[in-house]
Formats: sequence, C-alpha cells, structure tokens
Amino acid sequence: MGESSKTLLDVKNLSKEFKVGGGRKLKAVNDVSFSILEGETFGLVGESGCGKSTTGRTILQLYNASKGQIHFNGKDILKMNKKQKYSLHREMQMIFQDPYASLNPRLTVTEIISEGMDALGLYKGDKAGKYERVLELLNKVGLKKNHANRYPHEFSGGQRQRIGIARALAVKPKFIIADEPISALDVSIQAQVVNLFQDLQEEENLTYLFIAHDLSMVKHISDRIGVMYLGKLVEVSESVELYNKPLHPYTQALLSAIPIPDPKVEMARERIVLQGDVPSPMNPPSGCHFRTRCPHATKECQETVPALREVENGHFVACHLY
Amino acid sequence: MTMSNLLEVKDLSFSFDTFQGEVEAIRGINFELKKGEVVALVGESGSGKSVTSQSIIGLNPMPPGRYKSGSILFEGIDITTQSENNMQKIRGAEISMIFQDPMTSLNPTMKIGRQIVEGLIKHQGLTKPEAKRRATEMLGLVGLPNPDKLIFSYPHQFSGGMRQRVMIAIALACNPKLLIADEPTTALDVTIQAQIVELMKDLQKKLETSIMLITHDLGVVANIAQRVIIMYAGKIIEQGTLDEIFYKSRHPYTWGLLESVPRLDSKEHGRLASIPGTPPQLIHPPKGCPFAERCEFAMKACIEEYPDETTLSSTHKVNCWLEDPAAPTVKRPVHLGGTI
Repeated sequence: MGESSKTLLDVKNLSKEFKVGGGRKLKAVNDVSFSILEGETFGLVGESGCGKSTTGRTILQLYNASKGQIHFNGKDILKMNKKQKYSLHREMQMIFQDPYASLNPRLTVTEIISEGMDALGLYKGDKAGKYERVLELLNKVGLKKNHANRYPHEFSGGQRQRIGIARALAVKPKFIIADEPISALDVSIQAQVVNLFQDLQEEENLTYLFIAHDLSMVKHISDRIGVMYLGKLVEVSESVELYNKPLHPYTQALLSAIPIPDPKVEMARERIVLQGDVPSPMNPPSGCHFRTRCPHATKECQETVPALREVENGHFVACHLY
Repeated sequence: MTMSNLLEVKDLSFSFDTFQGEVEAIRGINFELKKGEVVALVGESGSGKSVTSQSIIGLNPMPPGRYKSGSILFEGIDITTQSENNMQKIRGAEISMIFQDPMTSLNPTMKIGRQIVEGLIKHQGLTKPEAKRRATEMLGLVGLPNPDKLIFSYPHQFSGGMRQRVMIAIALACNPKLLIADEPTTALDVTIQAQIVELMKDLQKKLETSIMLITHDLGVVANIAQRVIIMYAGKIIEQGTLDEIFYKSRHPYTWGLLESVPRLDSKEHGRLASIPGTPPQLIHPPKGCPFAERCEFAMKACIEEYPDETTLSSTHKVNCWLEDPAAPTVKRPVHLGGTI
C-alpha cells in the first residue's frame, strides 16, 4: 500500500436494481458502502450472483446506479453529465474476465490498444506518437514489438489478457477495475498475470478493485478484502486479518471451503460445509440474507437486517453475533 | 495383467488430423489404476488429460482422431479395438463419466427421472417401475431432498450444484467400476465445490468405485486423491502417491505448478513464482522434453532427446534428465515443504 492514505473511491449506500419483467425488481447490489485508498488493492469476493461484478460495473458507470453515491477523487460520479462521465474513463479503466470475448477479433493489437486513446482524443493527429505509445505499452505488459500488427486469434489466453491490460493502461488511468482477470487462465499463466498486475501497480501507482471468486488469489494480491453475499457486503477487513480472524459465518465457511494444495494440511482441517444453495436474489430471505444457511441463525437474524459495523479497528462485519 | 489393476494404459498415443497437420494430443503414456483407487490427472489445458480420459471411455471422435499406438486394457479388454456396439455396453455400465459443465451435460427437454432411468433399463434390464425406484434411491444417495418429487422436474429447475449431483446419480446408477470425473467442480462456486467433493469422497467409500479425477486444482487433488499423474504436452512427466508428488516431487514442472498457486494459509505476500512462457504447440511437438524451453534447469540433452522414465519407488516415476547421474544436482525449492 502506498504511504498516502487519501481516499480515491468512496462508495456509499450503493444499490443497483434490474427490472426483470412483470414489474419485479432484482436487487443485484443492495446498500453497499466501502472506500478504496489511493495505491491500494481492494479485493471483492463472493460466489456467482452475489453482485460483485455489478458493483464494479456500476462504479465504472456501465450501469446506472439505482441509489447511493460514488465519489471518485472527491467528485460525485452519479451527478456528472454525459460529457463528464466520458472523460471519467480517462481515469478509470476495466479489465475483463474473458480474454477471448473481450477483444474485437477484427482489429489488430495496435487498433485495440489505441481505441481508448482515440475515443478520448489523445494523440490527435500524432500517428507516430500514438504508435510509439502502443509499442511502449506492449513492452510494459511483456509482449513483443512484432505483436503490434497481429490479430487476437494469434495469441494464447495469457497473452490476450496482457493485451487487455495494455488497452486499459493506454490512457494512463489512476484506477483499474479488474473483473475476474485471471479465472479463465491456466494455473501457471495466472501467476504470470498476477505478478504483472503487481509490477504495474508499483510502476504506474495504480489503484485496483480486484473482483474474483478465488479467495486464495484475492488474499495474495489485495491489501483489503470485501466479502459479498446476495448483493450485500457482509465483511470488510485487511486481507491477512480476514484470513486469520474471519468474523462473519459466511466468510468462515467460504475460507473453510477452499482446498489447500497440501495433503497434510487438508487431512487435518475441519471443514464447515454449508448446506444448500444461495437463495435466489429475486426473493432473498428476510433479515440477514445469509440466515437460511447460517449455523448460528437466531430469531433476530430473521427480523432485522444487520448493518455493516466496525467491530475492531478496520474490521467491519454485518452480523448480529458481534 | 495383475489382478488388482482395473485399468492399464500402455504406450498410448492418440492424434487428431487437422487441416494444419497432425496434432499429437497424447504421446506414449503409461499408467494403471487399481480397484477402488482415486487417481488425479493434473495438467494445463492442452496437456492431453481430457483426451486421455475420453479415450478410456471411447468418446473421442474418430475421425479426425485416431489411435497411433498402444492399448487401454480395462479388466483385460482392449478398449482401443472395441466396436461402437461393444463400447455402448461398457459405457455407462462399467465406465461412466461426469463432465465439467453441469449446465450443458443434461438434456434440457427430458425430466430428470427419465435421464437416470434410461441407463438402468438399457444396461441392467430393469422394468420401468424398478428403474424408477432405483432412480429415486440414487437421487437420495447424492443428497437431494424430496427425490420422489424431483424425478419429475426438468434440469432448468435445478441450480448448478444440484445438476452436478444429478450427473453423479446418473453416472453411478449402474454401479460402474470406474468413474471418470472431468473437472467436476470447476464450474461451481467454492462452497458448492466443497459439497460435491465431500459427496464424491463419501460415495467412493460407500460404493468402492475407482475414480479418475481430471483437474487443474491442486487443492481438490490434495483433498480427494490417493495418487497423482502430472501431464504436460501429451506426456506423463511425473506420477506418484499424493505425498510423493506434494512433498518429494522431482520434476521442475511439478515444482512450478505447486509454486504458482498462492496458498490461503501462506504468510508471504510477495511475488508468486511463475513459470515463464507457454506450453508448446502439439502440431510439431519438440522432440526433446516439451518443458525444456520453460525450464530453468534445461540442459542440452533436454532439447535433443526425451528423457527415459526413472523409477524412484514402486509408485513414484519421473521423466527428467536431472535424474541422470551425469546431471548437476538441483535442489527442490525449499518453501514447497516436505523432505527429500
């Protein structure tokens, strides 16, 4: 984490609803609040359907928020007009999960990487300068100069993800939202890309929102972690603390479900296996959303929604047990 | 063939003919599987692990695929020479398979019950009511609630974890001797993955089925397998018991695999050890060790010739030039734990 502790992104009471027909609404993100400091990596974890990707996409304004505030660098994003939002993307970029689907197969690598610069009007009329920048970016993400004029299909998954990273870096953003950037890659390639993320963070002084379901990888890369369940943020903590002392019963179960690649450790571990599936977000349980699968659920959990409170220094949890 | 071996794969090579040339998906692999054993086949995409498993159950499309050499002996019968008719008698009854994607491997237009009953009537000659009873029993066995109602539902009414349970019920309905599980938990969330792994462990103990688990998740391997086979670019580069692979492995690729996954229980926060580069193309695979160009210990011999198998114990075998008496001694990375 950088020395400065200035808040770069502050999300307050953010909600995002989708209309799903029949006048029904799906609350994908439900009253979520967190902030990210400059130079920090904030990990957002949870199972499919918990709203972690929707949160990321709403911050980037790919979706309009239903409620709440998002302050980026002190400015309220949700109050911006179209033009201001457009220029916001100079400071905020995204890296997507699927390196096969997120690159236009009909554009060359140069064209893909320059798209953002073109859209924001950088290097206008300076073709040579732009090409120079593309080559610089390729070098930065570990690709070669002669890759510039090739098409995406000529690259492997890991290389494609590098192209996606170069595209995001092209406009010199401060903040990058990485939505499951490594889950489509092979194990030995995942480590390469994660290392690249960390190197770039140091070189470019980047701030990351790292969205993933792989808690062991998130713990490795993040300074702080937020755990989501059914649209709610249930726990936020510094990453080592979260592993050593998970407070929310869901976090405890999630950590215990992750197998550790060491037979002796695995043998000795006692596992909390959660029963049943995640309830449908269309019709979440009353009170605490986790109560239907929670081993400690009480009557209170059924009636009141627990608020996210700071229980210990920097460790927030939304649970009636604390 | 020894009595305790259920499956023996000998010098198996399998290629696909494509417009770009011959893709040598498997290149001379040898392994066996004992009765009641759980063996994990580990490798990255393109390493040949899925082609291996599909050869065993005879699901590789031929053409474009073809066996180049070798044999697959299942209880003494050579799978590679069986007719499709014979294979249909083996498939589902003796060997069955569960796939990675529970969303697409069930028929969306058929009720769950019918999908389970199908195999029972065909292979075991049960009458419809008998088969239905057995199907309900199987759904209960894999931990689904209200099985007598569930047999009338369609797959879309089920979640991913439930569908994978149904797949397991179908696969185990005829009491097969061998269950091939191709990345059975990859498409599932971690908490559901834990449920399915527990279920498979449980059923394996109860039914004494041999399981061949194909995966790239070393955590799952550590949890369920007894033996591990590591594949790379169509070859088996190392195989051994769980302890031999995790604590005494000798191949630099195995080390790389073990090192490149961050462990939840590690205290370090630094860089991950990563393997540089990417696996080789299998259209013109390198004649030497396929891992040589990514291996930090590569020598001249590695590029020129593929190393012979070195037997380290009755279960532990490795193909690496570092085992040659003339090779320099290379220390196993310390932080992998275990002793040599």
